[in-house]
Amino acid sequence: MSTEVKNKELETIEVQTEELIEKHGFDDHFHDHHHGDKYQSGFFSKYVFSLDHKIIGRQFLITGMIWAIVGAAMSVIFRLQLGFPEANLEWLQPLLGKWIIVDNGIGTLSQEFYYALVTMHGTIIVFFVLTAGLSGTFSNLLIPLQIGARDMASPLMNMLSYWFFFLASCVMLFSLFLSTGPFAGGWVAYPPLSALPQASTGSGAGMTLWLVSLVLFVVSTLLGGINYITTVLNLRTKGMTLWKMPLTIWAFFVTAIIGLLSFPVLVAGFFLLMFDRSLGTSFYLSEIFIGGQALDHVGGSPILYQHLFWFLGHPEVYIIILPAMGIASEVLSVHSRKPIFGYRAMVYSIMAIAFLSFIVWAHHMFMAGVNPFLSNIFTIFTLIIAVPSAVKVFNWITTIYKGNIRFNSASLFAIGFVSMFISGGLTGIFLGNSVLDIQLHDTYFVVAHFHIVMGVSAFFGMFAGIYQWFPKMFGRFMNETLGRIHFWGTMIGAYVVFWPMHYLGMFGVPRRYYSFDTFDSFAGFDGINQFVTIGAIITFFVQLIFVVNFFYSIWNGRKMKSKNPYKANTLEWTTPIDTGHGNWPGKLPVVERWPYDYSKNGEDYVPQIIPLKEGEEEH
Amino acid sequence: MSIHSTQRNKIHPYKFALYLSLAGLIMMFAALSSAYIVRQSQGNWLEFRLPQLFYVSTAFILMSSGSLIMTKKYFKAHKKKKYQFLLIVTFILGIGFLITQYYSWIAMYESGIDLKGNPAGSFVYALSILHAFHVLGGIAVLIVALYHAFTLKFEVTAKRILRLELTSTYWHFVDILWVYLLLFFILQR
Ligand code: HEM
Ligand SMILES: [Cu+2]
Repeated sequence: MSTEVKNKELETIEVQTEELIEKHGFDDHFHDHHHGDKYQSGFFSKYVFSLDHKIIGRQFLITGMIWAIVGAAMSVIFRLQLGFPEANLEWLQPLLGKWIIVDNGIGTLSQEFYYALVTMHGTIIVFFVLTAGLSGTFSNLLIPLQIGARDMASPLMNMLSYWFFFLASCVMLFSLFLSTGPFAGGWVAYPPLSALPQASTGSGAGMTLWLVSLVLFVVSTLLGGINYITTVLNLRTKGMTLWKMPLTIWAFFVTAIIGLLSFPVLVAGFFLLMFDRSLGTSFYLSEIFIGGQALDHVGGSPILYQHLFWFLGHPEVYIIILPAMGIASEVLSVHSRKPIFGYRAMVYSIMAIAFLSFIVWAHHMFMAGVNPFLSNIFTIFTLIIAVPSAVKVFNWITTIYKGNIRFNSASLFAIGFVSMFISGGLTGIFLGNSVLDIQLHDTYFVVAHFHIVMGVSAFFGMFAGIYQWFPKMFGRFMNETLGRIHFWGTMIGAYVVFWPMHYLGMFGVPRRYYSFDTFDSFAGFDGINQFVTIGAIITFFVQLIFVVNFFYSIWNGRKMKSKNPYKANTLEWTTPIDTGHGNWPGKLPVVERWPYDYSKNGEDYVPQIIPLKEGEEEH
Repeated sequence: MSIHSTQRNKIHPYKFALYLSLAGLIMMFAALSSAYIVRQSQGNWLEFRLPQLFYVSTAFILMSSGSLIMTKKYFKAHKKKKYQFLLIVTFILGIGFLITQYYSWIAMYESGIDLKGNPAGSFVYALSILHAFHVLGGIAVLIVALYHAFTLKFEVTAKRILRLELTSTYWHFVDILWVYLLLFFILQR
């Protein structure tokens, strides 16, 4: 088909769409009020203190990207020290100052700051990038657009959600520059390192700021989440029943519910932690001696903190992965021109995962001294999670199987997501066995597991989403060639970095160690560590290709010519290319069918607003 | 901008959002209660009598809920004076609750239960202080309601009924939460 004919065809479809919405659209009297929307004037109110969910989504995205670069750069620095302890890191002194210790002309990263970097890397990536940056961006951008709403239920709360995240970011950023350094006791902030201000350099002011920042962050997440849930339940357009929602929306919706029920528990844990830190209570602190001196604390239980932390901590990993799953489902279906396989099974497995995620937390504590009987119960629940996870994997593969796949950056990253999720999920099954965990706990095997299943997978979902909806956000496309280089570089790079870690872990090499010099048994692993470090450096630079592509394309990318460039069915592609606040200039679209009518009855695609033909069966 | 004109639902989105926030708060206090139980089961747990003043404060907050119910009723019945009066009563009872809580903590301290001492005492302090913060939030909301009651023209509109309902939902919630905490402290000793 020549491009001209193609364009003609596209145009007709768009005109028809326009007419359809005009004719059958759902009148919400919006346009009566729309003129002179007072929020739209002025640069500040439009781009800074915006109430428009689409702008707020972009704010989350850009802030998340900045944090991703910072967090990834940190990992490169500590990997350099780990992989090449003999190398001279003096060149980092302008950046890190006194944390680079120069001895005999050789600069090394100080031990304190090594731990600080590991801690900050984890905190930043888990909370700021993969929670706020992922959920915040795509829930905001897509929920109103895909359910046919003008905006979120409370645009004000939505704006506050971003600004609380921004404040949290500022506080955490500030803590990096403290003279005693940021918190350095691991992203999970276990007591006593987190509870005793005198425990280590970062445990004082660093930990205080860490706590303040995370509490602000939780406020942001809750404001956002409450809004997402309310919007999905209350503001769907006419015809958009729950069972007609795209899987993206299902995923964001359930994610928000998990967050709402688990983050407050973390705050409860932090609350007691603050008492221990500042008011001298002993919730988490048992008898402790520092330098031979007994502290006043008696009778506390550090395990109590671990319970409270992991009651959030485990659901949190699903808060991170579910949005990525939703995005992957949507992208895979659109680009293989096939309906998603097992739509309802997908929804039910999202729900099952969400439910189970609340009753497996103690698998992080098998080695912390919990009752072995309890461990067995948690082993069973943990292994059951593999079932809905496997259902999803099966459905993704079946969706692309024999599909008419369009390979582009978005679909490649979605396929990569599935690959990563399988590799990482399998190692979870080993870890979930409390007996195997005796060997594997706190080793590089765990590091490999969660980086692949959560870190890399969620990043892949996020990349897929960015490439897919970039035109919706900026009216232009990202560069496809650079996108593919980015994909292959990241795909190979991620396996190069994390695969070898499994072997280290099986040999018992512990995570979070500054150096293995004193352990003869780990002497043979220098080569692997260097290999991993080199892989990490290269993968880091591959990400810069993405960053360049992203910002270059905002202003110079190929322009979006038609409303629906992917020939997709969902509602976001029925809005004008330049989508204003309120999303649809006239009436709201009315939904007539589910979102996955691809290759149905000889039609390549049938958007959700097209009524069922006479005698046509719903999917 | 009328985002909400699309709704076909019976429950207002703001109310719904409030219910969701309350679910979050329930999770938080549930977490603290279970922390209490877990810690208690590990032994080294002091048994002591709760300060009698806790019962006085409970009476205060229960009465304040009662008067808030009446406030709403009179508002809907266009009884301006009674509505304003009962709102003030609610506010004063709320303040009374906080003051009594403060003296309860003092009484606890004077009877030898130090915040820094046995966790049995620390938990009671921590939970009731956290609860008091939530009441303080409720007081702030009541101040807004009072401000509206005395500065705005008296009109019974859907919007103002909604505001009053949101206020009272939250207030009743912190009330019930306190009753729950008190029963929990009594039963879990
Ligand atoms: C098949 C499903 C899975 C099972 C059975 C499983 C099991 C486990 C177990 C038992 C551990 C604790 C290991 C230890 O510390 O000794 C663990 C760690 C972890 N898992 Fe999974 N997992 C699964 C899937 C996932 C998914 C989907 C994610 C994230 C999206 C995830 C993220 C994590 C993280 C972040 C940690 C480590 C946290 C830390 O200690 O810093 N896991 N997993
Ligand atoms: Cu887990």
